[in-house]
Amino acid sequence: MSTAAVTDKRPSTLRGASLPKWSPWAIAAGSVAVAAGLGLVAGLHSKVQWGLIAALLFVAGTYGIAARVEGRRQAKDRVATSLVWVAFLLAVVPLVSLVWTTVARGVKVLDVYFLTHSMGIVADSEPGGGIYHAIIGSLEQVGLATAIGAPIGVLTAIYLVEYGRGRLAQAVTFFVDVMTGIPSIVAGLFILSLMLIFHMQPFGFAGSLALAILMMPVVVRSTEEMLKLVPNELREASLALGVPKWRTILKVVLPTSIGGITTGIMLAVARITGETAPVLLLVFGNPFINNNPFEGAQASLPLYIFQQYSAGNDAAFDRAWAASLTLIAFVMILNLVARGIARWKAPKTGR
Amino acid sequence: MAKRIDVSGLTAYYGSHKAIEDISMTVEPRSVTAFIGPSGCGKSTFLRTLNRMHEVTPGGRVEGKVLLDDEDLYGTGIDPVSVRREVGMVFQRPNPFPTMSIFENVAAGLRLNGNYKKSRLNDIVEKSLRGANLWNEVKDRLNKPGSGLSGGQQQRLCIARAIAVEPKVLLMDEPCSALDPISTLAIEDLIGELKERFTIVIVTHNMQQAARVSDRTAFFNLAAVGQPGRLIEIDDTERIFSNPSVQATEDYISGRFG
Amino acid sequence: MDISTKQTDAPPPAPQPALTERKRDARGASRPGDRIFLGLSRGSGILLLVIMAAIAVFLTYRASLAISKDHGNFLTTFEWNTNLTPPVFGIAVLAFGTVVSSIVAMAIAVPVAVAIALFLTHYAPRRLSGPIAYVIDLLAAVPSIVYGLWGALVLVPHMQGLYGWLDDYLGWTGLFSWDGGAPRAMLTVGILLAIMILPIITNVSREVFRQVPRMHEEAALALGATRWEVVRMSVLPFGRSGVISASMLGLGRALGETMAVATVLSPSYDIQASLLDPGGGTFAQNIASKFGEATDQGRDALIASGLVLFVITLLVNGAARAIIARRKEYSGANA
Repeated sequence: MSTAAVTDKRPSTLRGASLPKWSPWAIAAGSVAVAAGLGLVAGLHSKVQWGLIAALLFVAGTYGIAARVEGRRQAKDRVATSLVWVAFLLAVVPLVSLVWTTVARGVKVLDVYFLTHSMGIVADSEPGGGIYHAIIGSLEQVGLATAIGAPIGVLTAIYLVEYGRGRLAQAVTFFVDVMTGIPSIVAGLFILSLMLIFHMQPFGFAGSLALAILMMPVVVRSTEEMLKLVPNELREASLALGVPKWRTILKVVLPTSIGGITTGIMLAVARITGETAPVLLLVFGNPFINNNPFEGAQASLPLYIFQQYSAGNDAAFDRAWAASLTLIAFVMILNLVARGIARWKAPKTGR
Repeated sequence: MAKRIDVSGLTAYYGSHKAIEDISMTVEPRSVTAFIGPSGCGKSTFLRTLNRMHEVTPGGRVEGKVLLDDEDLYGTGIDPVSVRREVGMVFQRPNPFPTMSIFENVAAGLRLNGNYKKSRLNDIVEKSLRGANLWNEVKDRLNKPGSGLSGGQQQRLCIARAIAVEPKVLLMDEPCSALDPISTLAIEDLIGELKERFTIVIVTHNMQQAARVSDRTAFFNLAAVGQPGRLIEIDDTERIFSNPSVQATEDYISGRFG
Repeated sequence: MDISTKQTDAPPPAPQPALTERKRDARGASRPGDRIFLGLSRGSGILLLVIMAAIAVFLTYRASLAISKDHGNFLTTFEWNTNLTPPVFGIAVLAFGTVVSSIVAMAIAVPVAVAIALFLTHYAPRRLSGPIAYVIDLLAAVPSIVYGLWGALVLVPHMQGLYGWLDDYLGWTGLFSWDGGAPRAMLTVGILLAIMILPIITNVSREVFRQVPRMHEEAALALGATRWEVVRMSVLPFGRSGVISASMLGLGRALGETMAVATVLSPSYDIQASLLDPGGGTFAQNIASKFGEATDQGRDALIASGLVLFVITLLVNGAARAIIARRKEYSGANA
């Protein structure tokens, strides 16, 4: 094998010298060893520092060695490849840590007692208590929000796809986009400003209204996508039979796309279930069980997590983790079921 | 500078599906060789094995030998990137880089390979555009985007881009199938000129085109749908179109099937 | 390209009994059923517009009540003392903190997200990229309060070492000097926000990179480009506007993020050059932290700061949409 470096000018041969396949591993092992040595000699405590030195050595080493043997272009290619891998690994670490910690620390106090009792007679600093009241609150608030947000969202999407032309439709499309970007706390402040005007105290339904505002644009977008997938031939076939338009939409268009629409709504529900900020402003939190969303402060799962965290002691932290695990489990199950429905219903929606 | 291609026992796969089987042929330097045959017979796949583009497709895999002047493209230690510099390619649909100007498009391949002086770059770009019979049409708007040209001009721009790096072989995958008759004629004339300098292999569905531009013609066919494509015969173009040695070739050319 | 055309061509009107009715029927409104249905769906659309208008109007109204009583300058005052009489408050610190934390988050998240998107579309083994993309999808659904909890209880302790290291080696820049306090300053917030917006930027960028026409990549390959050169010549230029709009969407999230910042940041009503010393809060965090102790007057002040946040996110999202829209025209012209 020729060892001459490929020059930048015309390579006279196709046989560019190339590093063997194991070379990245060798360079990696070498840089880790050197970094460990440097770290020991210089007395650096943090393993993070060792890791950083090793990563720098790896990139520099890859470039140097590859540039020497394979040429500058190949060296750049190798560095880009290793950087892309490093970025990926870098991002995986916190995300894995997040999931792992939540599960590991969440299972500590998560049991049937925890799910079926409230914090009514437990001080935040003591162990014990549970999230029953928060689950009730979350379910009621999210349920009401969905009851308001989902139909409005679906109807708006129907308007945009089936009827929408002209200025009004354009404006709606634009503002749905804009609405998607509203921070949840701003939606909360909006309802709060109404409550200030009418001198109202916090209650569950106020939170539902803010959550509904956050939910609507998400539902509109996903439903719109689904309705657009329904082939026009289907609509025309129905209309040509003399079926009025509204019945065509109800009996032909919606059933065809119902799977996708359900998926979209469930994803939106998953999203608003985790919202904390508007609930904090409007529902306020309550250690006792309050089954009435229309009167008095209520609890909610995300808010419960925040308040337990704010209590700042180990017993409260344990409860916060357990509640987080419950919340994540709920959101993930919704997500998985939603995707399952999307996959299961997919063949019906088009092509 | 043109080089000879010697293929022996070449088989190509997409995943577990065998697309072409056991193909052997020789392509002479400074000649035009045309590949003809029904759709799906593996002409394009075979063409793409000649500059190692086939393995870019997910699942793409090749067995056999392709010698470029005695050097096996699939030998150990061969760098596919260098192979593609020696064996240029023009695609079915013109594909100039949409974000680059005409000048930058032609210079793209050169720029990859280190620093050229501005004046030298200008010379090469002009020479390549002249080589592709495009210079007179674009010399006043070299800094406009390449996507603003007509389809035929875009395809000649792609040819200019390919010949700017001075490859030894030029592969063309149905270069005229997306073009109108006048542009097609322009490209065919160009092929006639380019064969003075390059070894050219062209895949075409248009039999008149094969007859017009090529010195030799290879006919590909497949036994049945799902079967791998095979080389039926390769011979001088004149002979293939007047007196082919295999019945299937004659059937295809006279339009009795395919 | 494939779908947008559908919106414009309406289905043909139903068979008409009489010519005179045809005009109204073309709008689908002659039968009672049609009229009700159109009314409902159009009403929903209009309701959305009304809600948006109401948000702007009511926030502005309450904000104007607060600002008229403010004895500080709303834009330049550092303090946030809304329970004083007269109240003194301003958004200078909040604006500073919001911008700084978002810049840090973007500086970290965008390059990493683009790299991951490239990893998924162009580098990862095929068998790996599907499941990874799926997991990233799911991570986008993790509630922000959980990120906040994790950030405060796991990330913050781990930042101690990094803060010390940055102070040792980069402290001289001023940007990374550290007084040794709890590592709950803008850098930590920025890193946490970066982790939170990573999934969304990655997802959108991945979609864009996946749409790069195969023929553009092959054009580069056939010229003898290495993989990185293919990415630079055809993938990145094609995806640039998509990545910009993805980043804007991420920025919109980072600007408005409340709980994660509220749990991690120890706010101070002061501006610091260093990212490691406590300095600044963010709009959303300030609202969440100050809400509990606020009187009605204080709540109005918080609403005023929320209005500013609302306007900022509107501008950012509007810009993102405009870029996406322009890209549609651009790619349509080239198709």
